[in-house]
Amino acid sequence: MSTVQTSMPVQAAAAGEPSLWSRLRANRNWAALWFMLPAAAFLILFLAYPLGLGIWMSFTDERIGRGGIFIGLENYQWLWDDAIFWLSVFNTLLYTLIASVIKFAIGLYLALLLNRHMPFKAMIRSIVLIPFIVPTVLSAIAFWWIYDAQFSIISWSLIKLGVIDHNINFLGDSTWARASVIFANVWRGVPFVAITLLAGLQTVSPSLYEAATLDGATNWQRFRYITYPLLTPIIAVVMTFSVLFTFTDFQLIWALTRGGPVNATHLMATLSYQRGIISGRLGEGAAIATAMIPFLLAAIAISWFGMQRRKWQQGSNND
Amino acid sequence: MTDSALHSKAPAQAASDDSEGMSYLESLPRRLITLYLPLFIILVVLLFPFYWMVLTSIKPDEQLIDMEKFNPFWVVHPTFKHISKLLFETQYPRWLWNTMYVAVGATFLSIAASVLAAYAITRLRFKGADTVGILIFFAYLVPPSILFIPLASVIQAYGLFDSPLSLILVYPTLLIPFSTWLLMGYFKTIPYELEECALIDGASRWQILVKIIVPLAVPGLISAFIFSFTLCWNEFIYALTFLQSTPNKTVPVAIVNEFVDGDIYKWGSLMAGALVGSLPLVILYAFFVEHYVSAMTGAVKE
Repeated sequence: MSTVQTSMPVQAAAAGEPSLWSRLRANRNWAALWFMLPAAAFLILFLAYPLGLGIWMSFTDERIGRGGIFIGLENYQWLWDDAIFWLSVFNTLLYTLIASVIKFAIGLYLALLLNRHMPFKAMIRSIVLIPFIVPTVLSAIAFWWIYDAQFSIISWSLIKLGVIDHNINFLGDSTWARASVIFANVWRGVPFVAITLLAGLQTVSPSLYEAATLDGATNWQRFRYITYPLLTPIIAVVMTFSVLFTFTDFQLIWALTRGGPVNATHLMATLSYQRGIISGRLGEGAAIATAMIPFLLAAIAISWFGMQRRKWQQGSNND
Repeated sequence: MTDSALHSKAPAQAASDDSEGMSYLESLPRRLITLYLPLFIILVVLLFPFYWMVLTSIKPDEQLIDMEKFNPFWVVHPTFKHISKLLFETQYPRWLWNTMYVAVGATFLSIAASVLAAYAITRLRFKGADTVGILIFFAYLVPPSILFIPLASVIQAYGLFDSPLSLILVYPTLLIPFSTWLLMGYFKTIPYELEECALIDGASRWQILVKIIVPLAVPGLISAFIFSFTLCWNEFIYALTFLQSTPNKTVPVAIVNEFVDGDIYKWGSLMAGALVGSLPLVILYAFFVEHYVSAMTGAVKE
C-alpha cells in the first residue's frame, strides 16, 4: 500500500517531466535567437554586409563624396591592363611565399629548441612572444629607424666590420626594400608560429621518442617519422593563418615604405588603400580588394583539404 | 646510451632532474652548439629592435647623429627630453587615451556578445548551431584589408566618421569570432550535470549563464579579454581610414602620420612614442603570460 502511494507521485512527476522538457525544447530556438542576437548584429552589420557591399562597389565607379553607378566589369578591365596592379599581385605573392616559408622554417626550429630542457625555460618562452605583443606599427617604426638610409645601425656595423664600404639604402632600393619588409614581417611572425607549434610539440608523448631511440633511430629520423607526422595538423592550421595574414598585410608596409620605391613593395592591400582612399576612387579600390578574395579562398581550401586528409588518416589508423 | 639520449630529448621531465645533471655535464659543448648558441642568436635578433627603441628614446640628439664620436650601441648622459616632449608638448596623452577608450569599449562589447553566442552554440544546441559555429569561424578568416573601403562608406552613412565610436562598433567584428571560438572551447569543458541541477532547481537560462557558466569560465574570459585588448591596440587600417582629425587618432595611426615631419631630430620622439605606446601591452602581457599563450594556442587548436 505504502509502496503504491510513494510510487504514484513519482509516476506523476515522470509524466509531467516530458511536457516540461518538451516545452523547454520548444523554447530553445527562441532563447538561442536572443542569445545570438548581439554577436549576429555586429557580424551582419559590420562584416557580412560590408563584404557584399564591397563586391557591389567594385562594379561601380563610386568616388569619395559621390555615389556610383553600375559600370559592370570596367574596373576589372582597367586593372587587367594596369601594370602596377599586376606588379602588386606579384609582390604580394612573392612577399607571402618567401615570408611564410622562412617563418615556418625558423618558427619550427625555434619551437624544437624551446621544447628542450633548459634553465629559465618559462622566461625564455615568454620573452620570445614579445615581438608578437607589441603593435606592428610601433615595431615597424623601430625597423624604419634601423633601416634608415643615413644612420642605419646595420650599415654602420657592417662598415666597421669592413664588409661594405658605404651605407646600404635599405628602403630606397627595390631589392633591398623587398628584403627589408620581408625580414620585418618574419621577425614579427616567427614568435606566433614558434609558440603555437611548441604547444603542439608538447602533446607528443616522450615514450615515442624513447621507443624510437631504443630501435636505433637517429635525430633526423625521430623528427621525420615522429615529430613531423604528429605535428602536421597544427602546422596546417598555423600556416593557414600565417599565409592569410601575410597575404593581407597592410600596416607593416604602410609604416615602412608606403609601397615605394617605384611600387616595388606595393601589396594588393596597400594599393587598394592608395587608390580607394587616398585617390578617392572607391570603386577601383574595392575591385582590388575583391581581387584578393579568390586567393584567400584558395588558401582556406588548401587548409580545409589538409584537415580532411588528417581526419581520413586518423580514420585509417583506427581501422 | 639510451639513458643520455632519452634525457636529452625528453621534454621537461621534472622527476628525473637529479640524474639528468650528469648527462648534461657530459654533453655540455654539444648542447652549447646545438641549443644555447642558436637560441641566443634568435633571442638577440628578436629583442634588438626593442633595445634600439629604448636606447634611441633616451639618447641626446647629438649622439644620435654622430656615430663616429659616440659608440651607437651605448648612451652616455641619457636624457628624458624626448619622452617629456612627447608627453607635454604633443597630443600623445590624448592619443593614448583614445586608444585605451576604444580598446576597452570594443573588448567589453565583444566579450559580452561572445559569451552569449558561445553559450547558445555549445549549450542551447538550437537548430543550426553547428552551421552558426562554422560561419563564425569563417568570419574569423575575413581580413580587414578587404573590408575597409565598404566599411568606410557604411560608417559615413551612419554618421560616425571621424569618431572613436566607429572603431568601438567595428572592432568587435575582429574580436567576436575569435573570442566566441575560444569561449566555446572553455564552455564545452564545463559538465552538463551542473546545468541540469540548476534547471531542476528552477533556474532560468540566464541565471545559469550568469551564476554557473561565467564564474567557471573566468580563465577563458581573461584569455579572451587580454587577446582582444591586444588586437584592438594593434589594429591599424580601420583607424587609419575612419579617423581624420588629429586629436581623435589612436597611437599607431598618430605615430605614423603626425611625427613624420622630415625633421632630422624626429627619431628620438618617434622612438619614445613607439616605446610608450608598447609599454601598456608589454606590462599587461607580463602579468598574464599564461592566459595569453593559452588564448593563442587554444584558438588555433580548436
